[in-house]
Amino acid sequence: MEIAVQARTSELTLGPVLFNWNPERWRDFYFRIADEAPVGCVYLGEVICFKRAPLFEPQFEAVAARLTAAGKSVVVSTLAEVMSKQECQLVEGVCADRAAMVEVNDVSALLHLRGRPHHIGPFMNVYNERTVAVLARGGARNICLPAEMPAAAIGALCAETAKLGVSVETQVFGRLPLALSARCYHARAHGRSKDSCKFICENDPDGMPLHTLEDQPFLAVNGIQTLSHDYLNLIGELADLQTMGITRFRLSPHSCDMVKVAAIFRAVLDRRIAVPEAAAQLDALKLDAPFSNGFYYGKPGHSWNRASTH
Amino acid sequence: MTEAQAYQRPELVCPAGTPAALRTAVDAGADAVYCGLQNETNARNFPGLNFTPAELEQSLSYAHARNAKVLLAVNTFPPAGRFALWGEAVDRAARLGVDAVIVADMGVAEYAARRHPKLRLHLSVQAGASSPEAIRFYCEAFGVKRVVLPRMLTVAEIADLHRQIPCEIEAFIFGNIGMMAEGRCSLSNYVTGASTNMDGVCSPAADVHYEEDAERNLTTRLGPFAIDCFARAESAGYPTICKGRYFCSAKNDAYYAFEEPVSLNLSALLPDLMRAGVTALKIEGRQRSRAYVKSVVSAFRNAVDDLMEGREAAFASLLALTEGRRETQGAFAGKRWR
Repeated sequence: MEIAVQARTSELTLGPVLFNWNPERWRDFYFRIADEAPVGCVYLGEVICFKRAPLFEPQFEAVAARLTAAGKSVVVSTLAEVMSKQECQLVEGVCADRAAMVEVNDVSALLHLRGRPHHIGPFMNVYNERTVAVLARGGARNICLPAEMPAAAIGALCAETAKLGVSVETQVFGRLPLALSARCYHARAHGRSKDSCKFICENDPDGMPLHTLEDQPFLAVNGIQTLSHDYLNLIGELADLQTMGITRFRLSPHSCDMVKVAAIFRAVLDRRIAVPEAAAQLDALKLDAPFSNGFYYGKPGHSWNRASTH
Repeated sequence: MTEAQAYQRPELVCPAGTPAALRTAVDAGADAVYCGLQNETNARNFPGLNFTPAELEQSLSYAHARNAKVLLAVNTFPPAGRFALWGEAVDRAARLGVDAVIVADMGVAEYAARRHPKLRLHLSVQAGASSPEAIRFYCEAFGVKRVVLPRMLTVAEIADLHRQIPCEIEAFIFGNIGMMAEGRCSLSNYVTGASTNMDGVCSPAADVHYEEDAERNLTTRLGPFAIDCFARAESAGYPTICKGRYFCSAKNDAYYAFEEPVSLNLSALLPDLMRAGVTALKIEGRQRSRAYVKSVVSAFRNAVDDLMEGREAAFASLLALTEGRRETQGAFAGKRWR
């Protein structure tokens, strides 16, 4: 078993920035990732709101070039929710670039990418091997699982997909994407609508916190998206995931030191440091929220469960 | 051309949580009823609801004898390793002769299309197909004949969509309305450990708690999280995360961060929806009582018949069901809702 695990390479990936960061900050973040972070693949592109996409457009080429020059593969992520004409056009535009590797986050992109190699993103509902087989026939080469997948299903899915020529990826760090809506909740909180939002979401680089009536931190709002307050942390489950056949481990970007986060996860994947030491280093980042790992254990997503490898 | 000729006669698709509700809906004039089996293969997997295989068979006979169709919802997402249960549900639907299965998962759709090529497939709202491209993908890949649209499009957008897709459209017109895109929400799982997509459960009753304080204010709770609080005179809503009240930095007071607790009522938009090319009008509420099903189905039956014959539709009887509760046209009336 151990030999099989080591024979497969484990790649660390960086998911798309989900938040509306200032474009210069966005560019500099990726420049630093290119220069310093031990990630093999970087997902770029606006996933949440079509209105934000033009803000990053001027920086896009330079960022992609810098990442590529640093030896990282670049995948362009598409919108997670596609409904209006503008959203359809944005997705079509991304898919029209035949040189680009595209990550599909809504079924609309599948129509454009049929027969072409592509990635399937975590906003797609891929829960079982039959769905993987359908997607693989259409050209899917990598699938990032939904965040709520429990370990039992991850294991069963990986066992069946190994023969389909599809690699399987899962998020291991960052706030959990929990819901999408047609409505912008950033705009709503400020008495505006999606059309008149004036990009109010730019003030919350990790999402806008929602607290319960008892002032308990609960969720984070990011435009049309709702995320967990907690940060997913599967540092203690990496070895189990490797054993199951997961080969790509996704970090979801936040305003904390993502180069450091990447280094810690890389060190555990390479067995250079033990889990307790890595966990202590992650604690030392002093994030503004606790860690959770409940989905992995089939428990409430917000819960923290002791890893079996501890 | 008269007003009546501008419409095509829509199918009225009604909820049946139990065999008794199914008979009630059929008797009240439903053209079709939709229901699910007693397990996690459908998105209303609640205790006391849904059909045993024998009940489904008997209900099919009852409905078919009265020219009503029966649609079986197999509209959750089977987690890997557990697909057999969903496969059995589809096989059973084909064997018993249901008029269509309502599917969301691509694996289930592919299974149904391959094993039972004559079985009619409807795409569940849980598939979240909200664009012409997405709908065309499902039609081409699995031969889907009808799409149940997400509750996020305006009537104008539905009319536009109708011209761009090769299948029928079913749209929700009345009932409970969730704020999150269907099939793309794991808020309930985050709090309770039961998944809407995989288990067919949202805000399970076992995790719901009501707590009264000394002043008789009632806090409603899901798992460890307070969802809302009601003064003694107010009627307390069921704690659903997307209908709760929360604090954020932009507001001084707690507010409904996602939406006020409202229910959908598109009765006033019925003529517009029919003109937009909607083939089937769907009423939500498999968890509702027979009395409710009877009132709502009868009201919409009369309204559709009135409109088809060029008369004004009357909805007075629906008022009793929404009285004291707030209602909305949601996204359907225009883009400002977003």
